[in-house]
Amino acid sequence: MLIKKPSDIPSSEITPKSLYLNRRKFLAGTALAGAAAMTGVGGLAFPPAARADGGGLTKINGIQKSPFSTTEAITPYKDVTTYNNYYEFSTDKDGPSQLATHFRTRPWTVTIDGLVAKKQVLDVDSIIKMAAPEERIYRHRCVEGWSIVVPWVGFSLSELIKRAQPLGKAQFVEFTTVYDLTQMPGQRESVLQWPYTEGLRMDEAMHPLALLCFGMYGEVLPNQDGAPLRMVVPWKYGFKSAKALVRIKFVEHQPATAWNTQTPREYGFYSNVNPQVDHPRWSQAKERRLGEFFKRPTLMFNGYDQVASLYSGMDLKKNY
Amino acid sequence: MIRWFKVVVFLGCLGPLARLLWRFFGAHPTDMQTWGAGLGANPIEFITHSTGDWTLIFLLATLSITPLRKLTRQPWLIRYRRMLGLFAFFYATLHFLTYIWLDKFFDLHEMLADVAKRKFITAGFTGFVLLIPLALTSTRGWIARLGGKRWQALHRLIYVSAIAGVVHYIWLVKSDLHKPLEYAFVLGVLLAYRVIVWAAPKFRAKKEPSLPVRGVKTSEG
Repeated sequence: MLIKKPSDIPSSEITPKSLYLNRRKFLAGTALAGAAAMTGVGGLAFPPAARADGGGLTKINGIQKSPFSTTEAITPYKDVTTYNNYYEFSTDKDGPSQLATHFRTRPWTVTIDGLVAKKQVLDVDSIIKMAAPEERIYRHRCVEGWSIVVPWVGFSLSELIKRAQPLGKAQFVEFTTVYDLTQMPGQRESVLQWPYTEGLRMDEAMHPLALLCFGMYGEVLPNQDGAPLRMVVPWKYGFKSAKALVRIKFVEHQPATAWNTQTPREYGFYSNVNPQVDHPRWSQAKERRLGEFFKRPTLMFNGYDQVASLYSGMDLKKNY
Repeated sequence: MIRWFKVVVFLGCLGPLARLLWRFFGAHPTDMQTWGAGLGANPIEFITHSTGDWTLIFLLATLSITPLRKLTRQPWLIRYRRMLGLFAFFYATLHFLTYIWLDKFFDLHEMLADVAKRKFITAGFTGFVLLIPLALTSTRGWIARLGGKRWQALHRLIYVSAIAGVVHYIWLVKSDLHKPLEYAFVLGVLLAYRVIVWAAPKFRAKKEPSLPVRGVKTSEG
């Protein structure tokens, strides 16, 4: 299998610095936007805040840099922690940050089972120590049409898979989020089938970009962002990255996944970011990067071209 | 008195816009860097949702005037119907402007594609367009020019517009239908009232054909 070097951002995506505005210069942006419309100047953006700070949570030591990281401006911590899709808590974007405050992330165990040589129940802290933590600054694109850039902390899921020793028959990996009615009020609503499940094909799960994540902005994950352990699959829409994992199961057949079960016509199993395949109800050609005034074009595989070989020969319009 | 109360209601109807502006400019209105921050991580989405919500609320408020007035025997309520209807149009216009300006940035091609391809946009756009003739003919002069009957018939378009607005909302949410269904429920009640008022006399007339006969007897007795 050919795995290309992680690509840098295409130059077309880089906004000339002279066009940057200050991040929240909203009206000024609006006025300029009018001018831009008349003069045909595009690519105006709110200016990337400097290296975003964390939220004062426990720092993670010994984080290594990763060649997979983008150099794009990191989304402010406040936005990433107050604008969340986490239906286990609430369907409002600002709900999870309020309702997850007292969510208990310790003690926490993760069951590794299914088609593996050694079924086991692992303490989350022993999983975190399996490999050296890396910072992966990834683009993250929601199926709703917005995106963020987040400095996640974790290591490739393949590190865990190798240690779990899946059997030859294992073709897929199924992820399960915790089900806890006492702590997650959103699970009382039947907006999705609980517990939340997600899945990846084995070769997708083994791809080095697929991140087993336990931190962001140099600190442990805040509860509303999926603490204590979550997946981050940067070339797929955000909902493919299951949060608060309690089970990683190796299976022979494609597992049922939450959104695909809810509305199969709208949310496919693969759900790769793809500007050419619209959601049946809205376009996926563009996205709004939080903090920017204009929408930007959405990139195939969210700009992670190195995964293209995983899908060679597949009709991605059918396998959306 | 009524004049004063109207001013109060008018200012109240501007409340949602005032709140939006207040949160937009925040605690430091002179510091442009902070603008928009009070609306959260995605200010444009916040503005879109807020103006959309208030459009529906004002449409439903407009539609509840007649039932309220009749059921409570408070005929003066009718004086507020036009104002509420025009505010529905006002917020719908802001909602529409947010879409064409902040969301699509005047990209006509993209907007036309949207209207043709996206059911929820088509529904929302229909609802908005139908409100335009109602806003234009909301004056006394137009009532006189059209004549009461024809004016009333035209203004029944608000039913279609409100249905289109609620359907627009139902079609755009991802999976949590709670809020759009709340609007749908209220609209359902308001429209059911009208169906009942319209159908009840006909129903009674059919069911009790013996009524005049009895009437004759009484007059004899």
